[in-house]
Amino acid sequence: MSTLIKRLAQAGSFESGDVLVQVAPSPEKLAIHIKSKVGPRFSSSMQESVRAVAAELGVTANTPALIIDAPVFTPDSIILDLEDAVAVDQKDAARELVVSALVPVKPHALRLAMVESAEDIACLDELLGRCEADAGLLVGTVKIMASIETAKGVMNANAIALSSPRLVAMSFGAEDFTNSIQSERTPGGHELLYARTAVVLAARAAGIDPIDTVFTLVEDDAGFKADVRTAKQLGFAGKSCVHPRQIALAHEVFLPTPEELSKAERVLAAYTEALERGVGVVAVEGRMVDGPIVARAQRIVDIANASKSLREVRAR
Amino acid sequence: MMVTNKAGRSVPSFIENLGEFQPYAGVFATLPTGAHYAPPIRRNLGRGMGAGKKFLASLREAILASELKSGMTISFHHHFRNGDMLVNMVVDEIAALGIKDLTLAPSSLQSIHQALIPHIRSGVVTAITTSGLRGELAEVLTRESLLKSPVVIRSHGGRARAIETGELKIDVAFLGASAADVYGNMNGIHGPAACGSLGYAMVDAQYADCVVGITDNIVPYPALPISIPQTQVDFVVKVDKVGDPKGIMTGATRITRDPLELHIAAQAMRVIEASGYFREGFSFQAGTGGASLAVAKLLRERMAETGLRGGFCTGGSTGYVCEMLREGYFSAILDTQCFDLAAVESLRTNPRHVEMSASYYANIHAKACTAHITDIMMLAATEIDTAFNVNVLTGSDGIMMGASGGHSDTAAGTKLRLVTAPLIRGRFPIVVDSVHTVITPGECIDVLVTERGIAVNPAQQTLQEQLNDFGIATVSIEELQWRAEKLTGKPEPLAQSEELVALVEYRDGTLIDVVRRVL
Repeated sequence: MSTLIKRLAQAGSFESGDVLVQVAPSPEKLAIHIKSKVGPRFSSSMQESVRAVAAELGVTANTPALIIDAPVFTPDSIILDLEDAVAVDQKDAARELVVSALVPVKPHALRLAMVESAEDIACLDELLGRCEADAGLLVGTVKIMASIETAKGVMNANAIALSSPRLVAMSFGAEDFTNSIQSERTPGGHELLYARTAVVLAARAAGIDPIDTVFTLVEDDAGFKADVRTAKQLGFAGKSCVHPRQIALAHEVFLPTPEELSKAERVLAAYTEALERGVGVVAVEGRMVDGPIVARAQRIVDIANASKSLREVRAR
Repeated sequence: MMVTNKAGRSVPSFIENLGEFQPYAGVFATLPTGAHYAPPIRRNLGRGMGAGKKFLASLREAILASELKSGMTISFHHHFRNGDMLVNMVVDEIAALGIKDLTLAPSSLQSIHQALIPHIRSGVVTAITTSGLRGELAEVLTRESLLKSPVVIRSHGGRARAIETGELKIDVAFLGASAADVYGNMNGIHGPAACGSLGYAMVDAQYADCVVGITDNIVPYPALPISIPQTQVDFVVKVDKVGDPKGIMTGATRITRDPLELHIAAQAMRVIEASGYFREGFSFQAGTGGASLAVAKLLRERMAETGLRGGFCTGGSTGYVCEMLREGYFSAILDTQCFDLAAVESLRTNPRHVEMSASYYANIHAKACTAHITDIMMLAATEIDTAFNVNVLTGSDGIMMGASGGHSDTAAGTKLRLVTAPLIRGRFPIVVDSVHTVITPGECIDVLVTERGIAVNPAQQTLQEQLNDFGIATVSIEELQWRAEKLTGKPEPLAQSEELVALVEYRDGTLIDVVRRVL
């Protein structure tokens, strides 16, 4: 089966340069997470503003069939989970599988689980620098994603978000977090509100993507969508998914509707025209349009374009 | 002598004990001649219910009364599926009577019929014709040459046609029913072994020289509704059990939850919308398998959104499409076989849900058949090749494991012929250079929908343009094959002998392919 995955890597479903590997710094937490994107959103040629991760699919790393099929569902990225989803006595086999499968692919980034301080990132940053030098890569080539999953991590979110120029995204993990505050998850999610907001603000302030926690009731489509809507409203750029069926639902919420897109296009057209006439402010359908409105419209169009090229990738 | 047919397959023109065969010459190329077969007239029951003449005390008495002799042909239906007890029970009894050298001609065989293997080895059964066969029986018949002649595989419509012409002459049909009266009226919708429609048995009842009705549930005269009428039944026998309800069917077929199949279904739904056949009054045939029932669910959602309503549903029925009938999404169900108890209940209670015979459903030479007027058909495939030929009979190991069923019948006549399949099954690519066994010729397939891409048959340019206009990306079937082989590698060719273990008849009675003995 590992040969099969190796072939998958060679087949190009896992594109070279698009793989993110996630590790934890302490030995007892050592779990390599490999994260691969099949959509275009992490592509380095993309503008910063559309690097959004609408749907990120987690896959247990010791189930080869799931790994092979994961790209089919066109998530924006895939996490091969070697952490909690893999039993301790299966870790070696799972790591072996992941390594043999993805060695031919140049890693794009590492994702660090259970980050609690800027030092965790600094540690990885330094390690990566040495690896890059050894491999003859430009230092800073490999990016980092940080996963915030504890009370301590949340309280240090600002420092973590600013800890390294390698950092491209920060995700929030609610299951470990609620344990760390000795609470439990409820449908209303009040226990998460502060932490989610803290992660969003820290990430957005640092100019990186905040990614929301998983929703584990895989049968509850309505509950999942409501949770994604909350995440979008709070400012998250994407959602971690635990089941393929959640991907389309996440896209539905995060991607602009045709109405939103057409309105955004009208705003941009009116604004461009106004600029040509030397005017900085213009009214579109009875609403004043200025800088922030234009920026929002531009973001909607960018996401739609990224999504369009994602669909083209899917269709290929 | 072997000749190459229109599908490019090498087929025999003569087989010892079976006679001459014409090679497949094209979908509607071979025209019928001759007349329908007619069973002999030999009943004179006199006044009353024919007590002691028609309703007999035991299976053995019925076999004796049928005048079954060595060398004859016996038939069964497969409506009891893997819960069937009759085939094994009747052949045991026949063997005990010392009758040998029989041709077994059921509408299909299931894995439970592995109990026949000793009777095949001992010469009680020496020839078989069926739509399909599974399990150990199928394996033994593909690996060993146990019969006097190769198994003849026929489609549901092809079997009905062959029975009507007398090409498949049935001496005695043993037809199970979950309810019957002592005068021979029978149905499958009442009683503990309820199986629903008796569509496949209707042809046997009409054309067999002798018909033995077997039930475990005698009801007062008349057994209503009448699926098989008293006028066609020679004898009626009551046994303890005709079938095991657990093996006959489940409560209700569930829509798949496999995300891969749901993904394929979603792609298929887009193709259906693009094709233009999703329109007011459209007719539809869904199977039970994988993605196809999920497509029914998506159709229902689109119908609810758009207000558009379907016409008839055909083929087999599941509780899900019956629910759609009840809610007005479809106007009628024409049913050859019920796949679950919810469908049986619908057949029992909904006047717009009716049984149809295999001939009415799919016989190419019937004066009309439903398979030729259906709009959308969801087809399966164990393999499909780059010429779009489809195999649903043999597995990747060359062993028989499926059934011809209505595949080639519906593919020949339906307007949109859509194959859904995962591109990789087990460790094998579904798209291959050349299928091991052709059941349906590629010219009858419009489009293949997999989770890793959609390929339109290059012969179907109109559909290709419709998909382009709809914004559905497609690739060549060779590209799909390449995508699969990138992951799986290219399978090595199978080791097989030249010996033929099965002949595959096309629905018009010509030979489309053969199955060779696997080494």
